Amino acid sequence: MSFLIDSSIMITSQILFFGFGWLFFMRQLFKDYEVRQYVVQVIFSVTFAFSCTMFELIIFEILKVLNSSSRYFHWKMNLCVILLILVFMVPFYIGYFIVSNIRLLHRQRLLFSCLLWLTFMYFFWKLGDPFPILSPKHGILSIEQLISRVGVIGVTLMALLSGFGAVNCPYTYMSYFLRNVTDADILALERRLLQTMDMIISKKKRMAMTRRTMFQKGEVHNKPSGFWGMIKSVTTSAPGSENLTLIQQEVDALEELSRQLFLETADLYATKERIEYSKTFKGKYFNFLGYFFSIYCVWKIFMATINIVFDRVGKTDPVTRGIEITVNYLGIQFDVKFWSQHISFILVGIIIVTSIRGLLITLTKFFYAISSSKSSNVIVLLLAQIMGMYFVSSVLLIRMSMPLEYRTIITEVLGELQFNFYHRWFDVIFLVSALSSILFLYLAHKQAPEKHMAP
Amino acid sequence: MASLDRVKVLVLGDSGVGKSSLVHLLCQNQVLGNPSWTVGCSVDVRVHDYKEGTPEEKTYYIELWDVGGSVGSASSVKSTRAVFYNSVNGIILVHDLTNKKSSQNLYRWSLEALNRDLVPTGVLVTNGDYDREQFADNQIPLLVIGTKLDQIHEAKRHEVLTRTAFLAEDFNAEEINLDCTNPRYLAAGSSNAVKLSRFFDKVIEKRYFLREGNQIPGFPDRKRFGGGTLKSLHYD
Repeated sequence: MSFLIDSSIMITSQILFFGFGWLFFMRQLFKDYEVRQYVVQVIFSVTFAFSCTMFELIIFEILKVLNSSSRYFHWKMNLCVILLILVFMVPFYIGYFIVSNIRLLHRQRLLFSCLLWLTFMYFFWKLGDPFPILSPKHGILSIEQLISRVGVIGVTLMALLSGFGAVNCPYTYMSYFLRNVTDADILALERRLLQTMDMIISKKKRMAMTRRTMFQKGEVHNKPSGFWGMIKSVTTSAPGSENLTLIQQEVDALEELSRQLFLETADLYATKERIEYSKTFKGKYFNFLGYFFSIYCVWKIFMATINIVFDRVGKTDPVTRGIEITVNYLGIQFDVKFWSQHISFILVGIIIVTSIRGLLITLTKFFYAISSSKSSNVIVLLLAQIMGMYFVSSVLLIRMSMPLEYRTIITEVLGELQFNFYHRWFDVIFLVSALSSILFLYLAHKQAPEKHMAP
Repeated sequence: MASLDRVKVLVLGDSGVGKSSLVHLLCQNQVLGNPSWTVGCSVDVRVHDYKEGTPEEKTYYIELWDVGGSVGSASSVKSTRAVFYNSVNGIILVHDLTNKKSSQNLYRWSLEALNRDLVPTGVLVTNGDYDREQFADNQIPLLVIGTKLDQIHEAKRHEVLTRTAFLAEDFNAEEINLDCTNPRYLAAGSSNAVKLSRFFDKVIEKRYFLREGNQIPGFPDRKRFGGGTLKSLHYD
């Protein structure tokens, strides 16, 4: 009886998450495009719903809501469904939509998408070989096999994003790094842009007039095509068409220049807006946060290095350690059990909410930057795949932030994975990502001022 | 030859609707072989005979400014784009017949191009609703072109064309529906070619034969940066 009640609660929450994913898709991601294949929207919302359910189960675990056995059942079921989606459905549909875009293979779409999916499975399986993630006693088609590989990919992604985010966040928040841009700079650049456009226009006018006179005289401008055409063009070539190709080359160079100038002007406008924003209260608040985050970032990099160098993995979670410190050193006595439950709930809750929000925002920005009307389906499915893998590995890693008594469910459900390996792997990739982001941002920052200040 | 008079026509629309293919077709009478992303603005020139076939025939250059991007771009990109909207004589709005969103976005595109000099900071304050009155007293001729006609199934063609007719009416503009990869839609003598010719003639008339002087009323120079005006670099 209680199982039915629990299941109905779970299903209601899943429907809620599904609705949220659907709305997010429609309002944010696809607001400039038309959804023609509803399959894509359904898959995205389903992935989102099941990922959020996993987090919900963790919270229920801490708060001891619902029956323990029904929780365990739902964990297992949820995990199976998510793995099914991430390993079978989404890659297959990605292959299907890629193939649909290519005109040649349009006829045998299903065949080629199956082939693509098989290739994906092969590489996915091979991924497990170089990593010491499994003990050999597991069978070939068990949950642990799939989860371990999904975990590796997801943890790599998480560490890359976190490393870049940890460095980029103070860089964007702090106004110390803002270049000084004046209105005169922008005006000067715009003037250059319009001058370049004028030059392009005058050359195009000559080309258009030449083409018209050639057309009226009955000559036709043919680009030399084929072997015989090239031989012919060596001996006999109308002076008009020679001129045209020459001018066309000049125009190409000017157009490239105009594109560069356009991008630089857009950059200057963006910097100017940031300067104005930093003078407001919100801007000043973020500036202060930026200093705080830069200290946090340096501390994290330091800790990651220590972890790798001294080969240690934290055994206790921050909550228990914090409570130990307060009890032992500060002598404050309080009910450990009661407080540890609530504090870990708040801590884990904050981690979950910020990581979901951060991921959705990053995905949206990414989507706007690289999608076009043809590739939007494929890109959204890729993002759904990344989102699913990200959330699964968050569950793996969040285990470390929880006190021992709450970790058991994750250990039980996910089986005997080498959790320590994942933490070590996270530290390594985080370090690499953070250091290369610092290098990248430094180079980009150095190179920019010279471009703009030159007249 | 380069001393012919000129008019400037903007070509606006969402990314991927086929503006670059259209401009190439209009200016070079050839189909664009390898369309790629337009960054910033690309210009092409068409030589047009005003009042062709009559004694007052005169040749003009029509500059087609194909501005790339999407309506949802960052405001810094919009401010940069705004520099191309100076002294515009006509606007061609392009939408994709297979994509309803691109037709809806045309309202925002036209507002961006027409309203921009009411707002000194270059940031749009309008909430995107169009106002018929704005288009009724608008002096700049508009033309609505729908692309990818060949991809519309015969059965749905009537419904799509009715929708686009309403759209063109809202803008108080003519409309042309075609496929940019097929030059026969704009073949000399076809109704599309006649509409196009009429549109260009109207643009030239408004620019050169309007008795209220050479400036189009209600379209003063942009005032930006607290009073300084951007000197127009074009010879008027």
